Amino acid sequence: MSSTGIALRQVSFEQRSFWRNPASAFFAFLFPIIFLVVFATLFKGQKVQIGSVQTSYDDYYIPALVAFGVMGACFTNIAITLSLRRDNGILKRLRGTPLPPWAFIAGVVGSSIIVSIVLALLTTVFGILVYGVHVPQHVDAAAVTIGVGALAFCALGMAMTIVIPNAEAAPAIVNGVFLPIVFISGTFFPVASTSVLAQIAEWFPVRHFINAMFTAFDPAHQSSSGFNGTDLLIMAAWGAGAVVLSVLRFRWEPRKG
Amino acid sequence: MTAIVVDGLCKSYGAVEAVRGVSFHVEEGEVFGLLGPNGAGKTTTIEILEGYRTRDGGDVTVLGVDPHTGGRKLRERVGLVLQEAAVPPMLSVTELVELYRGYYPSPRPAAEIIELVGLTEKAGERVRKLSGGQQRRLDVALGLVGDPELIFLDEPTTGFDPSARRAAWEVVRNMRTLGKTIVLTTHYMDEAQYLADRICVIAAGQVVAQGTPETLRAGTDQVTHIRFELRDGLAVATLPLKARIDGGVAIIETATPTRTLNELTTWALAQGLELPNLEVARPSLEDVYLELTKNE
Ligand SMILES: Nc1ncnc2c1ncn2[C@@H]1O[C@H](COP(=O)(O)OP(=O)(O)O)[C@@H](O)[C@H]1O
Ligand SMILES: [Mg+2]
Repeated sequence: MSSTGIALRQVSFEQRSFWRNPASAFFAFLFPIIFLVVFATLFKGQKVQIGSVQTSYDDYYIPALVAFGVMGACFTNIAITLSLRRDNGILKRLRGTPLPPWAFIAGVVGSSIIVSIVLALLTTVFGILVYGVHVPQHVDAAAVTIGVGALAFCALGMAMTIVIPNAEAAPAIVNGVFLPIVFISGTFFPVASTSVLAQIAEWFPVRHFINAMFTAFDPAHQSSSGFNGTDLLIMAAWGAGAVVLSVLRFRWEPRKG
Repeated sequence: MTAIVVDGLCKSYGAVEAVRGVSFHVEEGEVFGLLGPNGAGKTTTIEILEGYRTRDGGDVTVLGVDPHTGGRKLRERVGLVLQEAAVPPMLSVTELVELYRGYYPSPRPAAEIIELVGLTEKAGERVRKLSGGQQRRLDVALGLVGDPELIFLDEPTTGFDPSARRAAWEVVRNMRTLGKTIVLTTHYMDEAQYLADRICVIAAGQVVAQGTPETLRAGTDQVTHIRFELRDGLAVATLPLKARIDGGVAIIETATPTRTLNELTTWALAQGLELPNLEVARPSLEDVYLELTKNE
């Protein structure tokens, strides 16, 4: 079979595993939707200040939540799923077949990207229809941002498994790292860029992802292209670092004793 | 042709010397049993042959190549079932077997493989709904689906109930009929005896005996047991030979059973006695195994 064929089979296997698993479907998929409804309802009609622009809360929140959904579908989902599969020997067994490692990874990443796209579309359409947010100004920039973000956070999810000792610890470690950064990065409510929290968040990729998404959605027509080069580059750099770490240290077998 | 050559294999984990100079070879088409108690070094040995672990010393050849560098080409020719491995829970049996078929250049038909491991009735069932034993058999199916020349089975029946074990044994027998070379590890003597053409007994990382089940048994200096019941006026004090009593049964251990039996029966005839339930037993392979590994 061709390389593309092998990779596509893996994607389809991962998709079936994802949607049939109530836990992954709930946390990666329904969670962002629930957040959407809760926060959008809570802060309905409020105005927020993003740099020099004033927009409605929902116009800020929807692109931020698109980024949040992508991060959940890629980072959280991959880190937890692969830790579990490593622990119960599924990865080790797979390593003993002729399936090339790159094809396995392609399946995992491809499937996460599909979930990301579905989530992004749903979130955006929901935002437009129910909460009256503006239609994204720069669809091309939004697509590129989602692509870069998804790839970077998939790589970060893989790299995260390196420090996860076993499957039981996985959810606690992953969320313990992810959620605080998500909060200080202003996912649920904007954090002024002059604040200490924002200064800390600047070091991590989450805030840059949200920024880049907001620039692409561009509700106040601030940007000519919708591309935020600096934010995209910083995310890509994090992703590249994670790829290097994963290539060097990713484990297919459970840690002994 | 020789499928596997292992010569002076050594492997340590820190201070633990798990394998200490193990040597054996496996011929094409035979079932080779690595038999030994827990911790003997069976998994370490087999996983070095599978390419999972590196070795500290010795030469290893699997199907003509070094398993550590054999890569994808070798994995296409080898099927394996690990001591501990789960199967992905969310697919159906058929879906999973089909997925694995896609990994190999010339796989066997899915239905045939599922039939071979006795899961035809469960073919449409989600993996997570199968019992532990059924999942293990599915794992075996995944090891066979690529139609490998060589199959590794690490403790394929540990944790099975007796009927599931019998069923698994038949699967191994069927694979042998297909001309496969099979290396299996077990700590069950009867399993090795029933399945293996040749057995290599290892204990504490070293080979303690090697051969066919028959030669293993012949090769020991174990004594023969002569037993009979002590009743109908028979008392241990009156016996002409030294005997040990175990639950009303006299046991005479001897290295020269013909002579001893003659002495015993001559005496009994002279006394006009019948020896109730007289038995002469060669040591079973189980006894041999326990003897070989008793230092552990
Ligand atoms: N990955 C490992 N790290 C450290 N020690 C190990 C490891 N694997 C096995 N051992 C030790 O090596 C010895 C042999 O183990 P193993 O090969 O699993 O034996 P068996 O399969 O015959 O039960 C045991 O003492 C075991 O504790
Ligand atoms: Mg073992």
